[in-house]
Amino acid sequence: MIAELGHFALALAVAFAVVQAILPLWGAWRGEARLMQAAPALAIGQAIALIVSFGCLVAVSVNDDFSVSNIYENSNTLKPLLYKITGAWGSHEGSILFWCLVLSLCGGAVALFGNPLPSGLRARVIGILGVTACGFEAFCLTESNPFTRIWPPPANGQDMNPLLQDPGLAFHPPMLYAGYVGFAIPFAFAVAALLEGRIDAAWGRWVRPWTLGAWCCLTGGIALGSWWSYYVLGWGGFWFWDPVENASLLPWLTGTALLHSAIVVEKREALKTWTVLLAIGTFALSLSGTFLVRSGILNSVHSFANDPARGVFILGLLALIIGGALLIFAIRAPTLGSSGLFAPVSREGALVLNNILLCSIAAVVMTGTIYPLFTDLLTSEKISVGPPFFNATVLPLATPVFLAMSLGPTLSWKRAALAPAMMRLWWAALIALAVAGIASFGMNALPAFAMGAAAWMVAGAVAEIVERIRLFRVPVANSLQRLVALPLSTFGTTLGHAGLGVTIAGIAGMSMAASQIVLMHPGDSIPLAGYDFKLLDLHDAKGSNYNARVADIAISRKGVPVVTLSPERRAFTTQTMTTTEAKIHTNLLADLYVVLGDERDGAAVMRLHWNPLAPWIWLGALIMALGGACSLVDRRLRIAAPTRASVRVGTLRA
Amino acid sequence: MNRRLLLGIPLVAAGAAGVAFYAMLHGMETGTFDPRGTNSMLIDKPLPDFTLAGFTSADVRAAGHPVVINFFASWCVPCVDEAPTLMALAQAGVSLWGIAYKDKPAATDAFLARHGNPFTRLARDEPGTVAIDWGVTGVPESYLIDANGIVRWRFTGPLPLAATKILAEKLHA
Repeated sequence: MIAELGHFALALAVAFAVVQAILPLWGAWRGEARLMQAAPALAIGQAIALIVSFGCLVAVSVNDDFSVSNIYENSNTLKPLLYKITGAWGSHEGSILFWCLVLSLCGGAVALFGNPLPSGLRARVIGILGVTACGFEAFCLTESNPFTRIWPPPANGQDMNPLLQDPGLAFHPPMLYAGYVGFAIPFAFAVAALLEGRIDAAWGRWVRPWTLGAWCCLTGGIALGSWWSYYVLGWGGFWFWDPVENASLLPWLTGTALLHSAIVVEKREALKTWTVLLAIGTFALSLSGTFLVRSGILNSVHSFANDPARGVFILGLLALIIGGALLIFAIRAPTLGSSGLFAPVSREGALVLNNILLCSIAAVVMTGTIYPLFTDLLTSEKISVGPPFFNATVLPLATPVFLAMSLGPTLSWKRAALAPAMMRLWWAALIALAVAGIASFGMNALPAFAMGAAAWMVAGAVAEIVERIRLFRVPVANSLQRLVALPLSTFGTTLGHAGLGVTIAGIAGMSMAASQIVLMHPGDSIPLAGYDFKLLDLHDAKGSNYNARVADIAISRKGVPVVTLSPERRAFTTQTMTTTEAKIHTNLLADLYVVLGDERDGAAVMRLHWNPLAPWIWLGALIMALGGACSLVDRRLRIAAPTRASVRVGTLRA
Repeated sequence: MNRRLLLGIPLVAAGAAGVAFYAMLHGMETGTFDPRGTNSMLIDKPLPDFTLAGFTSADVRAAGHPVVINFFASWCVPCVDEAPTLMALAQAGVSLWGIAYKDKPAATDAFLARHGNPFTRLARDEPGTVAIDWGVTGVPESYLIDANGIVRWRFTGPLPLAATKILAEKLHA
């Protein structure tokens, strides 16, 4: 019964989406105010229908209704409750429904918070979101229905892949999807602006918070995924240039570029055509990433069931949505005038440089990811592109980004002088050189340089604030007053830039990581990186749906006990699959990381790692996302300056 | 350059990518494109020599017409999936020769009795040594040998129904 209710709600959502795709766009085209006014209600209706539908899927999963094929294939009575809930978005069908849910929530958000928008623009944005939603919900309903029943109902389910039964992974997909799908809003704004033939500062101001929100989620999603692979897969690595990781990195890179170019549109009304293209491109990359993974074309740990037939359906949808948007772009973009001239050395110039570099990195990553597919298709030759290619090509492009990042915010708009800006950063440069110098004692040249660059980014980000509050140049009380008066978005920039610095420092630190694979008997002790790892005991333990083998390892430093870690090897009963459960102790400067391997004659193969600065990689990402959130709550962004400036659209021909 | 043409480039690029991805999907369905596998070393080479109780490599060469050699096993679940396709191919006149891989003869016979026997000739590779010479990566796996004894095509996994078409094309090529 609940499954049928969910199925019905999904069908209802499709109906809402179809109407939402037609009425507002028609109304905006004909100038019919009443049709345009219907847009928010339709978007909210669609969102409610999908909330109900997804709620039903969660309920069915929690109730262990194995007559629903999706639940039978991915759940089991023994599965812990948390994973029964999160499993709702873990399967192929469930994740597509979740995808639709997020898309409809985006539409609902524009409907709820879009009051300051001119009604024509709002109707078009909601209408375009409706077109997108309509396609994906139809796909969900017809090709990958999560509510399909099977007969006779099996007694128990096949359980979820044990690797996915992990809190980190439970929240990685929703964050990532919120990011991917969130870029639908800037996309809709871009297409709506093309339809209207008008882009101005106000447009830039409206687009930016939505972009920022999606970007924060994507940053968090990628970081969670990387963190998961670090501690669950037990390889001790954090980024593998896996095609699916790349597929999530691409929209992040172009989305970051979009975030910066939208500033130029907002402040200076320049780069309009480029910004619109970036908004379309970022969403296109989000969609294609999903498509490449789901169709089984890209080969990775993230494989869903291979189904080329489903792939063809999604490809058709992409052709419609991306192709349609780019067609409108090709026709309408030439009419968008450009204004706002600026000198190469200026704030705008720095932002253009940022865009060029970020998009070049994206191009390089994209080439490395899909090149093997294309050579295979065209010449039947199998080649593989691995981390050496990406490391060698991304680093030279990333370096100028790092260097320019601290300089950019200190330049003034229109025209700036480089020398005074550099003078203001002299102490940041000094810190960077000092850090690089100190690091070069313990590290190779490249990581030491990266440490210096990281210090430069963090110091440069702080310098921006120091400069704005005129610290040490006016009385401290005066500086404090200025600090309080600073807009939150300034702190957003600082946190965003500093966060990247922290991440880079973490990546550089990982180059010093020490590890050892050893055969240990209980009682044995192994020294590593100044710590002593002593194997105390090997014993069995039982979990709810698995049996575990546990090793207790006491770690001490110079005789002082630090911690006892108990890594596990879990044998899952239903899926007959073994996973390793790495255990990590962190003091925020380094991780102690232990993995239990196979056992032989009472001895166990242990993998011991010391990963300096590893936690900074994700800490940095967290700081970046926080920076985004900080900007997002800045009131200036939400209260549009030209409020109601274009009420005329509503009164047109009414 | 003309601004209008310049702004059309993204559309053209996306279109080209779309066509390529469609070709990939189509290839995955029909078995001509496999993003995961590696190419067989045997393609366009004579089939490897082997002697099994059911038939030998000399028999394949002497057949005088194209032959599809299918490695299968009774313990292999995808082989059950593949069985109806093989029956359809056999009915369409394709000459299918089966090699049972690491399988007990009684189990093989029971499997063929249950799912139908599409094979003109059947050989048994119980130790799995012949499969090593062929470079078989798993069962089911199929090879197309032309009338001259040259390996022309390899497919890993259960043959898709669309393979009938591909095979017919290859057989007439």
